[in-house]
Amino acid sequence: MARFLARRFVSMLFVLFSISVLSFLIFFATPGVDPAARIAGKNADQATLQAVRHDFGLDRPLPVRYGLMMKKLFISRDLTSYVNRGAKVIPQVTQAAPVTLSLVFGAAVIWVLASIAMGMLAGVFRGRPIDTLVMIVGLVGISMPVFWLGEVVNLITQSRLHGSVFSWVPPLGYIPFSRSPFGWFKSLILPWLTLSILYIGIYARVLRSAIVEAQEEDYVRTARAKGLTERRVLFRHALRTSLIGFVSLFGLDFGALVGGGALLTEVVFGLHGVGKLTYDSLQNLDLPVILATVIYAAFFVVVANAVVDLIYAWLDPRVRRV
Amino acid sequence: MSGAIVGEVPAQTGGGPAAVAIGPWRLAARRLARNRVALAMALLLLLIVVACLCAPLYAHHVAHTDPFQSNLDGTTIVNGKSVPVMVQSTQGLGLGVTPIGPTWDLHHYFLGADEQGRDVAARLLYGGRNSLLIGTSAALITSALALLVGLVAGFFGGIVDGVLSRLLDVVWAFPVYLLAISLSTVLIARGISWGPFHLTSGSLLLPIAIIGLVYIPYVARPIRGEVLSLRRREFVEAAIGLGASNWRLIWSDVLPNVLTTVIVFFPLMLAIDMLTEAALSFLSIGVQPPQASWGTIILDGQDVLYTRPAVALAPGIAIALTVLALNVLGDGVRDALDPRAKLRRRD
Repeated sequence: MARFLARRFVSMLFVLFSISVLSFLIFFATPGVDPAARIAGKNADQATLQAVRHDFGLDRPLPVRYGLMMKKLFISRDLTSYVNRGAKVIPQVTQAAPVTLSLVFGAAVIWVLASIAMGMLAGVFRGRPIDTLVMIVGLVGISMPVFWLGEVVNLITQSRLHGSVFSWVPPLGYIPFSRSPFGWFKSLILPWLTLSILYIGIYARVLRSAIVEAQEEDYVRTARAKGLTERRVLFRHALRTSLIGFVSLFGLDFGALVGGGALLTEVVFGLHGVGKLTYDSLQNLDLPVILATVIYAAFFVVVANAVVDLIYAWLDPRVRRV
Repeated sequence: MSGAIVGEVPAQTGGGPAAVAIGPWRLAARRLARNRVALAMALLLLLIVVACLCAPLYAHHVAHTDPFQSNLDGTTIVNGKSVPVMVQSTQGLGLGVTPIGPTWDLHHYFLGADEQGRDVAARLLYGGRNSLLIGTSAALITSALALLVGLVAGFFGGIVDGVLSRLLDVVWAFPVYLLAISLSTVLIARGISWGPFHLTSGSLLLPIAIIGLVYIPYVARPIRGEVLSLRRREFVEAAIGLGASNWRLIWSDVLPNVLTTVIVFFPLMLAIDMLTEAALSFLSIGVQPPQASWGTIILDGQDVLYTRPAVALAPGIAIALTVLALNVLGDGVRDALDPRAKLRRRD
């Protein structure tokens, strides 16, 4: 296990490093693009451009520039916006993070529970109408753009039915848990549902096919031959192995969501999370903020993946030897 | 949808030694033709594409509008009476205007007007052209480049494979939306000029290239895996033994066998690409005005969501229908080409 840990750690560092280099290259070394003009914002004057060039060392060689940027992001943490003069970027990101985490955690709970229920239903009753129904619902969920779904939800709950059924829905925005736990729940329940619909569709489909496959496996036949009840076979044998793929998929998606995949949901529901921060800075092309959120997010994804791999290795000893 | 297809053994094979073997492609086509749901979705898709291609016909000859020109002072005809496109607000101080809602009259603002008094129905068709064009081109780029990378990495192995696979891993670890957003922010603001190569910020080539590039690992990794295992199969070793060149091995032994993978992925990639395009355009870093796409129309509709929901609802329904059709068709194609479901879907 120790060797596995060490190897996983080294590979995580490698990916983190590569991602930082990749984003650095995108923002600072895209051919045919003047990074100073991008960072300084839309209508920057010559003085600002000069300041940017000096600040980011744009007249110096690429590796030095990379070092400077990493220093600004992680060591001195003094990356500042040139659009909102003097606004420090890192504190904005750390302030926004709890909102994103609240959103993604809640949605994850919903989508895991719902998709396990749906996937099992479809897998157990495969070929029957209920299977078709579940799979159609899943496909429809996969096919809707999440931001559009959010707008439809807003249209119904904030406007059309706000006078009757949905009068309990608070105005768009985030209510911190520390201020009012129930308010927090009410402000997030619709974003949770919206965000989870896409994933319920994907995960239910994945789990269904895993269960269908597991039904054909020898160990399931053995379990049946032992005379175990159908329920016990399903829960203790078929479902358990089917969840392995499910878990690894979950790690990837959860990381990607915390890292900004929830951006569209945050924008539509006015939740000031990391994604909304990215979006707001997109509107006025505030490059330092975008850069910081992208790197923060990418790092989160990589770390989340590493954690999932560890859990995986802990669950399944075979993985450690690979 | 994804159930096993029974009776796929063609009747001829039972007929003795003279039986003519049916090719794998025709077998797949037959299986697909038996999948009614997939065929219905293919038809729906065809209808959507044809409707979008007819956008100029509709705008010029049916609705008589210019969907790219704002029309704040214009009038239109509802129930035989002339009414303004932008209706003066009757609430509060009477300030502000609301665009006209759906008239359900194909000749006059069928789906109403947007904030600039433009015909939403006509824009929807024009937007669909861009959405479909971007989705298709991006999916083609992804497929072609992923095929190239997967073939080269899987076939040559060694250092080439090491470098390419690491590269794919890094792009894979980078969340797709963030990668697309990063590239778009850098490129869309002022376009790109690189020697003789110049693209303005409004060029559709930018979103096409960006979306096409970010999804390469999703297709290239499975292809590489398949090429790796094909490389060790007997028929490839036999060809090597016969002295076939690398080029010949790739072209006539490996490529035909991974082509099904590319074809299976194509409709699914197209669906994902269209959703990505819509998201980027909604974030205003995709298709740039005055051009329209389904994503930009949803963005336009956001401001009048509570008063004129049709503006945002219509393009969303169009996207959802198209993507649903592509997903169902994609499932059908996979079942037909890959009945044992070797390729698992990773959305």
